[in-house]
Amino acid sequence: MDILFLLIPLSVILVFFILGGLWWAIYKGQFEDVDAEGERILRDD
Amino acid sequence: MKFANMQATSYNDKVVRQFAIMTVVWGVVGMLVGVIIAAQLTWPELNFGISWLSYGRLRPLHTNAVIFAFGGCGLFAAAYYVVQRTCNVRLISDKLAAFTFWGWQLVIVLAAISLPLGITSGKEYAELEWPIDILITLVWVAFAVVFFGTIGTRKVRHIYVANWFFGAFIIAVALLHIVNSAALPVGMMKSYSAYAGVQDAMVQWWYGHNAVGFFLTAGFLGMMYYFIPKQAERPVYSYRLSIVHFWALIFTYMWAGPHHLHYTALPDWTQSIGMVFSLILLAPSWGGMINGIMTLSGAWHKLRDDPILRFLIVSLSFYGMSTFEGPMMSIKTVNALSHYTDWTVGHVHSGALGWVGLVTMGSMYYLIPRLFGQKQMYSVKAIEVHFWTATIGIVIYIAAMWIAGVMQGLMWRAINADGTLTYTFVESVKATYPFYVLRLVGGLLYFGGMVIMLWNTFKTVTQGRSVEVRIPTLAPAHA
Repeated sequence: MDILFLLIPLSVILVFFILGGLWWAIYKGQFEDVDAEGERILRDD
Repeated sequence: MKFANMQATSYNDKVVRQFAIMTVVWGVVGMLVGVIIAAQLTWPELNFGISWLSYGRLRPLHTNAVIFAFGGCGLFAAAYYVVQRTCNVRLISDKLAAFTFWGWQLVIVLAAISLPLGITSGKEYAELEWPIDILITLVWVAFAVVFFGTIGTRKVRHIYVANWFFGAFIIAVALLHIVNSAALPVGMMKSYSAYAGVQDAMVQWWYGHNAVGFFLTAGFLGMMYYFIPKQAERPVYSYRLSIVHFWALIFTYMWAGPHHLHYTALPDWTQSIGMVFSLILLAPSWGGMINGIMTLSGAWHKLRDDPILRFLIVSLSFYGMSTFEGPMMSIKTVNALSHYTDWTVGHVHSGALGWVGLVTMGSMYYLIPRLFGQKQMYSVKAIEVHFWTATIGIVIYIAAMWIAGVMQGLMWRAINADGTLTYTFVESVKATYPFYVLRLVGGLLYFGGMVIMLWNTFKTVTQGRSVEVRIPTLAPAHA
């Protein structure tokens, strides 16, 4: 199952990539006022 | 850095209009091919002895047309519309957006020519040969540039949850496509996969199931998180839950693929991993499904007289149903019965017709009148008729396949006292015949609904006109 030497590291890299995204979102304040964000899309047109 | 699109005063709805109309057109085409092959399974003579009309060639045409042409165009339309509306900015590049439209249509046309000619790499849902694969890659990179470029130039600090789903869909599909399509070309229209044997099977289903997860789930969840709140005129039930839904889904999705290879040459432990991850997926899937449906909490009456909302909410019921059924079928003991039977076909179609199809149709019914300066579709009554024909069609289809599948599974495993098989394979085919007829009836109903949608879209578009929508100016607090 040589292919797992490609697919498993790929998944691990991807998880770090996703963690990076989550980290970015949290520290950029994406989740600070989440209730207002759900409402906002209703007011755009 | 300043980009020209940040100064634009109107949205780029031209590309959304193009993709939205082609969604409906390709929907009719793809579902027609589906009906034809359903009829061929019932009456095999219907291929008339013509090679390019044979089942083996039309089946990949059907799957490619409904997934990548109908579903793909719907996703492009929705992603381009939603990212502009939620970021309050025009797409970063009109030219690149136009390239994605024409490039994607070219991919579809090339698929429609090459597949009936028998030109195929033989990989399910990735049949297209290497020159087309390269074109797909170029279009997809352009899509990513347009989408993420637009996000990067947004005028609203928060990135709405639907965009996260669209973003994950775009990145994941790029990765899956490149890894699975790696091949050695030996001619203009022939190549050999970079992987062999069980390695190839593993990559294929890593691709295959993640395409279900990221193309057919994440992308359409992006649609769901925008169009359900808009159509219901209520914010999503729990925005917090939508965030948890997103991260939980993308963290856990990648390893469900091996459940397609139960009881094969794949190592047993890899099969078990596939099963475990498939079971885990039940949690985020149902979280999202409940979140979407509960958006109507306190306003259930809207379902009574709004057929568009009914499309969207019923699509979620099918999403919930197939994301329950899927993990159950991934359990090895259940799979021992269901594998290679029509139960799988039923499961796929409850997801494809029920979830992907209905959510796309509902979203397009929301979009099309707005894109052409109309308040609503030409005929709301026709939306209602479409809803019922489609829903009844799905129910007939999947019920027929459930019964057929369980029956086949039981017949194949039945053993006489002396250890010989009770039934020959052809006996199970014969027993399935009435269910193939029923499936054809269900498919015809679903296809008929799509034809009604085409007519309704044509009427709406011809009585309307292309409108420029101004980008609203934002309150300073958001700038």
